[in-house]
Amino acid sequence: MSAGTVFGLCAAVAVGLGLYGVITNPQPLRKILAFNLIGSGVFTFFGVVAHRGAAAGFGGDPIPQALVITGIVVAFSATALALALLLRLFQAAGSATLRADAPPSAGSDPAKP
Amino acid sequence: MSFALDIMTIVAVSVSAFFFLAGTVGLLRFPDTLTRLHALTKADNLGLGLLVLGLLPQAESLRGGIKLICVWIIVLLAGATVSQLIAYAARREGSQL
Amino acid sequence: MTFALALEIVLAAVVLTGAVWTIASRETLPAVAGFVAYGLLLALVWVRLGAPDVALTEAAIGSGLTGALLVSAAARLRSSEGPMAVERPDVILRVLAAVLSAAVTTALAISVLLLPDPAPTLATAAAENAAATGLGNPVTNVLMAFRAMDTMLEKIVLLLALVGVWSLAPDRLWGGRPGPRHHADPQGVLAFVARVLPPVGIIVGIYILWTSADHPGGAFQGGTILAAMWLLVMMAGLTDAPPVSERRQRLLLLAGPVVFLIVGLGGLAFGDAFLAYPMAYAKPLILAIEFAMIVTIAVTLGLLVAGPPEREAGS
Repeated sequence: MSAGTVFGLCAAVAVGLGLYGVITNPQPLRKILAFNLIGSGVFTFFGVVAHRGAAAGFGGDPIPQALVITGIVVAFSATALALALLLRLFQAAGSATLRADAPPSAGSDPAKP
Repeated sequence: MSFALDIMTIVAVSVSAFFFLAGTVGLLRFPDTLTRLHALTKADNLGLGLLVLGLLPQAESLRGGIKLICVWIIVLLAGATVSQLIAYAARREGSQL
Repeated sequence: MTFALALEIVLAAVVLTGAVWTIASRETLPAVAGFVAYGLLLALVWVRLGAPDVALTEAAIGSGLTGALLVSAAARLRSSEGPMAVERPDVILRVLAAVLSAAVTTALAISVLLLPDPAPTLATAAAENAAATGLGNPVTNVLMAFRAMDTMLEKIVLLLALVGVWSLAPDRLWGGRPGPRHHADPQGVLAFVARVLPPVGIIVGIYILWTSADHPGGAFQGGTILAAMWLLVMMAGLTDAPPVSERRQRLLLLAGPVVFLIVGLGGLAFGDAFLAYPMAYAKPLILAIEFAMIVTIAVTLGLLVAGPPEREAGS
């Protein structure tokens, strides 16, 4: 059991927890949170692979680390877009539900383009 | 000499761990927002300050030590600001947080 | 079991506690707080995995900026929380979801335990070719030289996300200013910090970029700090968010990808391939690209957090 294994198992549990959260939580904001959890679990998995590839005097294999840096930035931009969509949905429909048959509530302004 | 410095590090970090624990217990057990903020500032100022003090002998150079102190000062600034802002908001909203 | 391994197990347990709290919390704001704490502890995990560059990125972007976005979204959506509680799925769906999640976790855990030994690695290849650019930090080498194409496309993805966020404005507000107008007491704490911290933050951000040549750091981490300073100044009301249609801002947004593209096409014209740096000019070219990149990253990340336009441009 090494550091890589410990954190690899931690990443596996994080991905499972995130998946559970995406499926069961009805609020879209919580789904976005859980999705970020899945993403960070996958990145940690990458990190474990990079840590095991330590060679040539480096602490870890630099290629997966660079890929993860790119991944974190792209995940942030996806989260920003998702949250902007969610807030616009809330503004237009008055509620943040994802159900198709929900009636428009009093505070909505669907007429506003 | 380095043995004395190691002892100082161990003592300072242990006491700072106690202050962090005290701050967390206060956060969980105090009844309302303002008292909880009061407990958290203990963790920020004393806990982190003692931690930095304990790590200073282990810093590899003067630059490293100055960086540690700068970290502490910036955390102090951020912690104090956020505590005051939360306190204002709590007083406005009638401590419903 | 060594002492370090015991500490790592404790760290992993605390990280998982944060993750469980994020999923299981009843209310949204505590869940967001749990997620920010989870992200910051994950940065410690990255340090233990020998990846300080990634730790910086995770702490800055993964927890810092994402946390800011999530908190402001949670605050705006607070009034929608009550009615949503009735939509909780029934027990059967929850059990099935739990079974599926357990299956995925088990599959990943088995693949962790079955990772090949000795591990395949590209570190030796990266070390052998490090002389091509003369940079000491291998991750910067990979990001800016070996996989520069990925970094360039990532900049363009950031721009596309920003265009997507901007396009969510109502028609009549197109080209307006993002976010509400913030007012803070000019004698108050927030205004004070917004005057004291940004000079320090700007120096730290540019330093993190400059030192990424040989030490952990990078353009993304430095750009995030610059963006955070800009957001702090905007939130304290000391400056207003510029309108989305402002030309200078759009030029700054394009600076990073355009410089990258020009250097890339130059490599195609004068060198072997797209984004090939001639050996003699590699370091200056990379520096030029990185300085253009940090400006674009700072403006893009700041605008992504500021959001779509909510006010008229003239206000």
